[in-house]
Amino acid sequence: METQKHTNDTYTDIPDDWFSPKEKDERKAEAVVRPSLSYWQDAWKRLLKNKLAMSGLVFLVLLTIMSFVGPLISPHNGSEQMLANQNLAPSSEFWFGTDELGRDVFTRVWEGAQVSLFVGLAAALIDFAIGVAYGGIAGYKGGRTDNVMMRIVEVLYGLPYLLVVILISVVMGPGLFTIIFALSITGWVGMARIVRGQVLQVKNYEFVMASKTFGTKTGRIIRKNLLPNTMGPIIVQMTLTVPSAIFAEAFLSFLGLGIQPPLASWGSMANDALTSILTGDWWRLFFPALFISLTMFSFNVLGDGLQDALDPKLRR
Amino acid sequence: MLKYIGKRLGAMVITLWVIITLTFFLMHAIPGSPFNNERATSEAVQRNLEAFYHLDEPLYVQYFSYIQSVVTFDFGPSIKKPAQSVNDMLGRGFPVSFELGMVTLIVAVISGITLGVIAALRHNGFIDYLAMTVAVLGISIPNFVMATMLIQQLAVNLPIFPVATWSSPMHMVLPTLALATGPMAIIARLTRSSMLEVLTQDYIRTAKAKGLKPVTIVFRHALRNALLPVVTVLGTLAASILTGTFVIEKIFAIPGMGKYFVESINTRDYPVIMGTTVFYSSILIVMLFLVDIAYGILDPRIKLHKKEGN
Repeated sequence: METQKHTNDTYTDIPDDWFSPKEKDERKAEAVVRPSLSYWQDAWKRLLKNKLAMSGLVFLVLLTIMSFVGPLISPHNGSEQMLANQNLAPSSEFWFGTDELGRDVFTRVWEGAQVSLFVGLAAALIDFAIGVAYGGIAGYKGGRTDNVMMRIVEVLYGLPYLLVVILISVVMGPGLFTIIFALSITGWVGMARIVRGQVLQVKNYEFVMASKTFGTKTGRIIRKNLLPNTMGPIIVQMTLTVPSAIFAEAFLSFLGLGIQPPLASWGSMANDALTSILTGDWWRLFFPALFISLTMFSFNVLGDGLQDALDPKLRR
Repeated sequence: MLKYIGKRLGAMVITLWVIITLTFFLMHAIPGSPFNNERATSEAVQRNLEAFYHLDEPLYVQYFSYIQSVVTFDFGPSIKKPAQSVNDMLGRGFPVSFELGMVTLIVAVISGITLGVIAALRHNGFIDYLAMTVAVLGISIPNFVMATMLIQQLAVNLPIFPVATWSSPMHMVLPTLALATGPMAIIARLTRSSMLEVLTQDYIRTAKAKGLKPVTIVFRHALRNALLPVVTVLGTLAASILTGTFVIEKIFAIPGMGKYFVESINTRDYPVIMGTTVFYSSILIVMLFLVDIAYGILDPRIKLHKKEGN
């Protein structure tokens, strides 16, 4: 009996003078402890902490610089054929060796980097432009417009990407601009779907409604209110488009539909070097293959890192 | 459910029609006729050839007769190898490619899921990082690089496996490995992330509280639900394996459909290009359709029909 009642009484038994009121400091309680960061500052801070993603970013920056500086510091010309120097192993004269026509692999790797990066970036930018416009309009207009536009996207989405690319390359004849055209003709569909989904979500937020109430024009609402708030997923999608475009270019070059000489890309260099594995001239395949793989790796880890960094839900 | 299947079936037919139309008009947009590039032929021979391939008829007649023949699965004769029809080539190449693709898919799914589950169970541990590094490497290395590395190491330097062709199980090892690494990596990453998500769910805690064995929890409760997202990518994976076979069949000299396709691209053999494209696309589209339906059946949370009724 006693023990059961005990619990209720214990606390009321404590004398009042044991308590003293804590000094109130309202300013302190209201103060913002955490430094105020904008979305982009926060994302950048979190990306900096991700070592793998940062190493990818650093590699890509170095690669871009080297693709321009590399050919300049090399003593050889990338398209000059020196038939006396066929299939030489890497040495102090030819840093990455030479190929079957006596061309310097070191110079060609960096020239190939320019082409491969150009293809990747161009495809990503075109996808961005078309995808954002298409997805933005579909998501913002909604209703019947959205319905029709998304039906079209659904059909295009069902088309096998690489087959369409191959078909267009066959028809237009191989070349740099054919590749970029072929890659972006169905490539924007994924972007359009992502943008539409985001816009559908954001357009129902209060600040958009407020903006509308002020009589802001549609174009301005899309540019100033909707797009900045959908940028996160768009950037992630773009970082993932670049490697898949570089990959597709390598694939096309491998089928003989890619970059044509005298231009070289990593894919066409790897394709030319295929026979070399049986003769033991490993450097001809090794260097282009190494740089394709490292670039793909960097873009992939950077994309993963950005995905985490730009996701507000993962903010700590 | 039936209504949904009907709707998807309609979309599938439209997509197929777009592909057939696209290939037809793209092939006809190419300037010049397929016969005027090599040796000189007399006017009469030229006309006879064009009549034989119905190239002298108006475009819309050709278009409708092409659709008609595609619907009946007749892709016509090859231009460069007149003795063979496209159907012959598909008939000979498809079983080989199908075998390669299926074995690859099975290897990729089993090893990818295993890798993903192990990584998720050892979250942030050494094995997790190791498995994910392997996975990112698998995505980063193009399959033709993988294939040549495998040939160099396991067929030339250490002659364990044959270098090329397709005649015994030993011949299948290297092509399958080269083709499977990419899809395996994608599956591993996906399984890991969805497994991690499922493992935090309440019903897993309940299962643990009931004192179930860890093996039972992982296999009966977690994995079942974690695999749903994996099912959704099977369609896209099939597509990447299929296009991968072009490259792998070329490198390993495997007499599959991909080899004919690459050859037809190099010789600009238009009927073969058209036929194989349409054939490949139909396989892929049917595959995507089946995956969608399977997903709807597997995941009870997805209501395929809107109507809830009584």
